[in-house]
Amino acid sequence: MRVIPLSYIARNLWVRRVTTLLTAGGMALVVYVFATVLMMSEGIRATLVATGQPDNVMALRKGAGAEINSGVDRGQAAILESLPGIATDTQGQALITKEPVVLNNLPKRSSGKASNITVRGTSATGMQLRPQVHLVQGRMFRPGTSEIVTGRSVAEGFQGGALGETMRFAGREWTVVGVFDASHSGFESEIWGDTEQMLQAFRRNAFSSVVFRLADASQFAAIKAAVESDPRMTVELKPEIQFYAEQSEALATFIRVLGTALSVIFSIGAIVGAMITMFAAVASRVGEIGTLRALGFRRSAVLVAFLGESLLLALVGGLFGLAAASLMQTVNISTTNFQSFAELAFQFRLTPRIAWQTIAFALFMGLVGGFIPAWRAARLKIVDCLRAA
Amino acid sequence: MFLLRLLLKNAFRHKLRTALTLVGLVVAIGAFGLLRTLIGAWYAGVEASSSTRLVTRSAVSLTFAMPISYAQRIKAVEGVSTVSWANWFGGIYQSERNFFPQFAIEPASYLKLYPEYLLSDEEKLAFLKDRQGAIVGQKLATQYGWKIGDQIPLRGTIYPGTWTFTLRGIWHGAEARTDEGQMLVQYAYINEWLRKKAPGRADLSGAFILGIDNPQDAALISQRVDAEFKNSLSETLTETEAAFALSFVSMSEAILVAIQAVSFIIIVIIMAVMANTMTMTARERLSEYATLKALGFSPAFVVKLLFGESLLIALIGGLLGMALTLTATAGIGKALGSFLPAFAVTPTTMAMQLAAALLVGAVAAAWPAWKMSRIDIVQGLRHVA
Repeated sequence: MRVIPLSYIARNLWVRRVTTLLTAGGMALVVYVFATVLMMSEGIRATLVATGQPDNVMALRKGAGAEINSGVDRGQAAILESLPGIATDTQGQALITKEPVVLNNLPKRSSGKASNITVRGTSATGMQLRPQVHLVQGRMFRPGTSEIVTGRSVAEGFQGGALGETMRFAGREWTVVGVFDASHSGFESEIWGDTEQMLQAFRRNAFSSVVFRLADASQFAAIKAAVESDPRMTVELKPEIQFYAEQSEALATFIRVLGTALSVIFSIGAIVGAMITMFAAVASRVGEIGTLRALGFRRSAVLVAFLGESLLLALVGGLFGLAAASLMQTVNISTTNFQSFAELAFQFRLTPRIAWQTIAFALFMGLVGGFIPAWRAARLKIVDCLRAA
Repeated sequence: MFLLRLLLKNAFRHKLRTALTLVGLVVAIGAFGLLRTLIGAWYAGVEASSSTRLVTRSAVSLTFAMPISYAQRIKAVEGVSTVSWANWFGGIYQSERNFFPQFAIEPASYLKLYPEYLLSDEEKLAFLKDRQGAIVGQKLATQYGWKIGDQIPLRGTIYPGTWTFTLRGIWHGAEARTDEGQMLVQYAYINEWLRKKAPGRADLSGAFILGIDNPQDAALISQRVDAEFKNSLSETLTETEAAFALSFVSMSEAILVAIQAVSFIIIVIIMAVMANTMTMTARERLSEYATLKALGFSPAFVVKLLFGESLLIALIGGLLGMALTLTATAGIGKALGSFLPAFAVTPTTMAMQLAAALLVGAVAAAWPAWKMSRIDIVQGLRHVA
């Protein structure tokens, strides 16, 4: 069976440039929305997943889904510290950190509007437990002083957050002595200071969470069972990575569901556009179709040719949309995470999987929009076609 | 009249194309309306606020509690007539999916501050008398099928354990924008438990609600309250209820801006589709327009024909889209219930929909109309042959 050459298909699109451009433009916008939403959802997920370390274990009060409504008192923290199987660093210091975590309502640099920022009390061990965090400016805070270090997006986005500036909260002036980079993880939206100073300033007598590393990660199940069956303990243990994955769930799902629903609605508009264009393409080329058929091309060849034209149109739109969406990767945005109630900065993230899904979505629109017109073209009778011409 | 008939005939000459364009328009204008309504629902809390209420919270952030004893000191501040307090309870009913807000409140003063929660006297009395009692809004009760006397178990996230409340009353909103998706329980019941189990967390409140007589004095009274607690262990931040609600909305600002942007993108998409339709139509009728001009009709008439047809299609599509929004909103409002209180189409939204539809119609016809008004008669007629 002979196939109608691809150059014929492509030239047809080129001949009617304005129409092609308008139709592909409409599709590109739909594809852009579709891709951006997936990238946003993936960005939030990736940011929070990168926050957790696979071999770190987190202890929170039972039933508390977030650090801010959790509480681990000093007695329980001491029991956790004496657990067997906690890893030690080169100096023989146990890798465990007890951290108070509070939300602080501070004004943003851009709008002056206040937003919730996570303030974490930690120690040098806390830094060690998070290898993705490293200082890029200044130095680490000294224990026992009102010094703080800020995450990169806090330093840029919040008043008084940059190196050498001061922030006022909890009745004190805090001096920013360092800015840290956390490799695009959730810690970039946090302020870190000395544990004991934070406890005093915020008048807390319990930590929010305890994080430690196991010498042997396979011991997790045994230690979890031992801790949770201890009648003195009201905490539950979770791998840190799982905790942060759960934190991203609500917001990522919300954005994905909303965005997908919108894309589906929008795609109706784009499909209609493709259908109108393809119907017009068929109507204006009835004579040509008749000639092709008379030359010996089969019905299926005509069907494939018109479907190919529609798919090519969709592909052009899809690629333009994807290209525009990929530019979004340079944009940093931040919003409040529903689950932790705190500000979270993240980036749009384009993965190969999203790129494929986007192109498949565009081709699907082309297929649906082009099928009926192509089918109609293939069904035309040779005699009628030639007479019409 | 003649012109209108000609326009109608022209518009539906190509039935399939016009029908498809209409489908696109209806979907786009409908989606635009739904998105605007969604954004509006986000601001519902701000709209439902009263100018005679102030909210006092800890200056650090909402998660910090203040001593209950502050209530008496706030009440002594000049201009404050009533004081009540509310604590976020954060309970889960059956599963995390069933989210609705619950507040632990001081009932007598709280209900006095919220006269828009209409409750019969017997129900009110039953709630005041029962420490384990609870009242809910009509919408919430309908959603979960609760009746007065039902036991409602909640799993606490802030106050551990399972709490069971007895439903003592169901309130109706005095106005459409009044929130009917909340549950109120007695603070005293929870505080009793806290005193026993976690004395360090007892006798504290997350927010105080202040009733004032003169809304004009709101700023002054706020300052007076905050001055009262300046340099104390927990400093306060007092603002109007509207500003308090707005601070929640502004947290999700990035998402709101995105939805807003997307709602305009759909208009641009449909503009491209519609412009395509009009360009094709104009190209096909090239010879007709040339004939009209040859007969002595002015170029302005041709422009009028194209604009008229485009606007007519856009208007029909727009009106159908508005009708779609109204029905869809009613359906979604029922399904979402407590998630988004006050999910209703406003007159502003409808005006914006109509304006968007007409804009699409006008923009779509602009280029073809300009081109057709300038065609050369001889060339146009030759196009036939």
